[in-house]
Amino acid sequence: MSRVHPLLRAAATPLGGPAAVYLVALIAAALLAPWIAPYPYDAQNLAEAALPPSTAHWLGTDEFGRDLFSRILYGARISLGVAVSSMMASVAIGLVVGAVAGYAGGWLDRGLMAGVDLTWSFPEILIALVMIAILGPGLGSTAVAITIGYLAQFARLSRAQIAALKGELYVEATVALGASHAHVLFAHLVPNALTPVLVAGMLAAGDAIVLEATLGYFGLGAQPPLPSWGAMMSSGVAQMFIAPWVIVFPGVAIALTVVAINLYGDALIDALQIRNRLRER
Amino acid sequence: MLLYGLKRVLTLAPVFLAMSAVVFLIVHLVPGDPIDHMLQIGASPERRAELVARYGLDRPLPLQYLTWLVRVVSGDLGEAIILKRPVAQLIAANLPYSVALGGLALLFSTVVGATLGALAAYFADTAFDRAAMATILFGSTVPNFWLGLLMILIFAVQLGWFPVSGARSWDAVVLPVLTIGLGGVALIARVTRAALIDAWRQDFVTLLHAKGLSRRAIFARHLLRHALAPVVTILGLKIGWVLGGAVTIEYVFARPGLGSLLITSLAQRDYPVVQGCLLMLGVGVLIGTLLGDLAQAALDPRLRERLA
Repeated sequence: MSRVHPLLRAAATPLGGPAAVYLVALIAAALLAPWIAPYPYDAQNLAEAALPPSTAHWLGTDEFGRDLFSRILYGARISLGVAVSSMMASVAIGLVVGAVAGYAGGWLDRGLMAGVDLTWSFPEILIALVMIAILGPGLGSTAVAITIGYLAQFARLSRAQIAALKGELYVEATVALGASHAHVLFAHLVPNALTPVLVAGMLAAGDAIVLEATLGYFGLGAQPPLPSWGAMMSSGVAQMFIAPWVIVFPGVAIALTVVAINLYGDALIDALQIRNRLRER
Repeated sequence: MLLYGLKRVLTLAPVFLAMSAVVFLIVHLVPGDPIDHMLQIGASPERRAELVARYGLDRPLPLQYLTWLVRVVSGDLGEAIILKRPVAQLIAANLPYSVALGGLALLFSTVVGATLGALAAYFADTAFDRAAMATILFGSTVPNFWLGLLMILIFAVQLGWFPVSGARSWDAVVLPVLTIGLGGVALIARVTRAALIDAWRQDFVTLLHAKGLSRRAIFARHLLRHALAPVVTILGLKIGWVLGGAVTIEYVFARPGLGSLLITSLAQRDYPVVQGCLLMLGVGVLIGTLLGDLAQAALDPRLRERLA
């Protein structure tokens, strides 16, 4: 059992299993959207506007007669793509900032963490709106907003890991052998701190999908005709009383994805036995 | 207690300064001339000169920030470009709606969340507990604005129980409060349940059992008070998130409020209004954090001593 990779062990649990299957299917559908979507995402057909779900249009059509199922598949590319890539950037920057702060200590630690704690004190949505105010609406600003909004969490987590590890005997031994600080930090300490930060990043990807959708819904994220799950609802809201499916189905896609990420993430935490290490202090 | 309160206010002062500096810098970080962002297209050269003088744009940046901060603290937030009214006036008109919505949502999440969490703990590992916790997982993961849209579809359009949007009648506040509150309910119920189950394992509970007290009496008379501290902690930590929820939900229900004002102004690039709203929301988060800390210290004397 212990020879099986934790990623697979998590997928073998009753809740983690279905969640893993859904996530793999979703990623595959997002990657293959141009080949498996029944219609192009921007093909307008006003004669078929706001149709309820049918065999021709599985999830119905929106106010321009665009096929909703196809748009949700293409939307997965944008929603997942933006959330996952900006979350990876956030994890990478947070990991380095936290590691340097935790290893260096002293004024560098205090300075870096003061900046981090400033963003930590405010809700992600407010930080995101500040970024949008500076950079203007769009997908790029959304990505920057997510990267900065979640940075504090990873910096604090990684700092706590490094601070706990740096007193270990093997660290002293490596320093005594003449290794540079950069070598000790990045070759020995960071790899040991990596797992909890990556898992926290995976769980936060669910929040990032919601944040991207919220900004998209405000009309401040992905711009028409690009279909992100939130932006689709933004344009559909004017028609929500005649075509409620335009609002309901993209939301279901978001909800299922976020629940799946949480369930699989939870199973992964158990499989890796790192629940205690995810607390910061 | 007073000393503790003063110290907390002092530790928040640098956070306020840094936050206001970021808000101040927004117009300077936007590509282009800051004055262009504060003027309507085709504004007269006189108006332009007036603004340059007013903001002292020829002076060094730190000095400009100080001038701006002094104005802001004295209540002068500038003039809205699109709405052409003083920003302070716009904020004063919208603030009561946001405070009412946030306050009601906080009250709703605390009362319902604590009750639900206590019941789930009392009936731990029964079908009720599992159903409550599953609902809570759902409530805390779905996007807030989508929940709001579903509420509109179900309770306003299908059933016709509440108005779809706006703030003209008292019952228009029900659906927004429910929408913001559900996330809070999820959080508080989870914390309450965990705190009670944790307290249940302590020695004094065994003693109370030995004295012959019933399970219900131990819960009602002894454990609930025990669980209060973690709940207050999480409330203090999450007040900002309730405000964040209000920003989103006001827009969904087309209610007046700081959130709606901020989002429309962002789309119109009305920078003075954007700055004013962000500043007010930031101050709101800080006040919330402070109140949470004070409530916690009032409940737990050990905390006061540690920090005093």
